[in-house]
Amino acid sequence: MAFRQTPSQTVGPYFAYGLTPQQYGYDFASIATPVVADETVSGQRIRIVGRVFDGAGAPVNDAMIEIWQADGQGRYAAPGGASNAAFRGFGRCGTGTDPQNRYFFDTVKPGAVGDGQAPHVAVTVFMRGLLTHAYTRIYFSDEAEANAGDPVLASVPAERRDTLIAKREEGDSGIVYRFDIHMQGERETVFFDV
Amino acid sequence: MSTSPRDWSSHPPYVYPDYKSTVLRGPTRPLIPLKHTLSERTGPVYGHDSLGALDNDLTRNGRRNGEPLGERIVVTGRVTDEAGRPVRNTLVEVWQANAAGRYVHKVDQHDAPLDPNFLGGGRCVTDDEGRYRFYSIKPGAYPWGNHHNAWRPNHIHFSLLGPSIATRLVTQMYFPGDPLLDLDPIFQGTPEAARSRLISKFSIDVTEPSFALGYVFDIVLRGASATPMEV
Ligand SMILES: [Fe+3]
Repeated sequence: MAFRQTPSQTVGPYFAYGLTPQQYGYDFASIATPVVADETVSGQRIRIVGRVFDGAGAPVNDAMIEIWQADGQGRYAAPGGASNAAFRGFGRCGTGTDPQNRYFFDTVKPGAVGDGQAPHVAVTVFMRGLLTHAYTRIYFSDEAEANAGDPVLASVPAERRDTLIAKREEGDSGIVYRFDIHMQGERETVFFDV
Repeated sequence: MSTSPRDWSSHPPYVYPDYKSTVLRGPTRPLIPLKHTLSERTGPVYGHDSLGALDNDLTRNGRRNGEPLGERIVVTGRVTDEAGRPVRNTLVEVWQANAAGRYVHKVDQHDAPLDPNFLGGGRCVTDDEGRYRFYSIKPGAYPWGNHHNAWRPNHIHFSLLGPSIATRLVTQMYFPGDPLLDLDPIFQGTPEAARSRLISKFSIDVTEPSFALGYVFDIVLRGASATPMEV
């Protein structure tokens, strides 16, 4: 008997009360929110923020972004990993609640996992009009040396690596990394066949 | 352990022009292959303790002053990998329109009634055999703006985590015999040989006497790469 993969389908425009209910104000608890690390989690506190653009350069107002990351010491909260109980490392944010259609995550900067990779965040992108989700990664602009030695970045054509690097900004409210996602066009974000 | 690749003969392409929104939203450049690292071999874990008491019963979790209207259904199935092994203790999230084809979502402008006693969102976790189960109301068809007289077939949206971020799946479950399936570009965007996997089966054995019609929807996630792929 053959077990073949169940096909992917788009998340559609109406995912919010199922997947991100608290963020959108529905009376249903979320299992994951834009707050990945609260004050109790140790590490360098950062905010990741960005927008998702379609091929016409218009911001997408019905995308959902998920992130998965290690804690500040490079530990994933996963079975077999040296987990950090206070930190699940998983976040979800839709682009439909901010007037500028930004997504954001309040988290800690991930540490290097220790296998030669630079610190990074795994990103999964869902939206109406995307029949199969897209995988990308966030690297950090202030980790130039580690980025230069990262095997995944090295596998990306040099002229496109920049699409994976979040730009560090220091504002009144703390450290912000800006990471826009371009679905198409000259600056199309690198998406991986994960 | 690494995960088997996405089987692109099973999944829809990023750009499928009959579904108009894909034209400006689907990536156009080839995906860059990524050899799995710890980041792709791990993922978030949500067990039974993540669930609220009524999360698996959409006929009750949105009640305000009575029962939701519509045909009660019970939906169950097994989540397995490509070798048929159960995917245990994994989160299954569902959301859907009400019996009239209306979503609670604020931007759904379809002129059909909201049901004050139906939210349409729920979740459950698979057991040791990979089985999940939830109660709901059969969702109605609804119109959308893709083309003239476009209607989505009855469907329930599913989101699964699986053991790692590589096994992540968002899909839709359809109902057997729906005449709208032949006309729906989202369903038709799926490669033809794989489409039947998206259609649930009616089951009199799952059906609960005098209570709810039973549908079975089995789900196959990517498996361990050591497993030879069956064709
Ligand atoms: Fe839908």
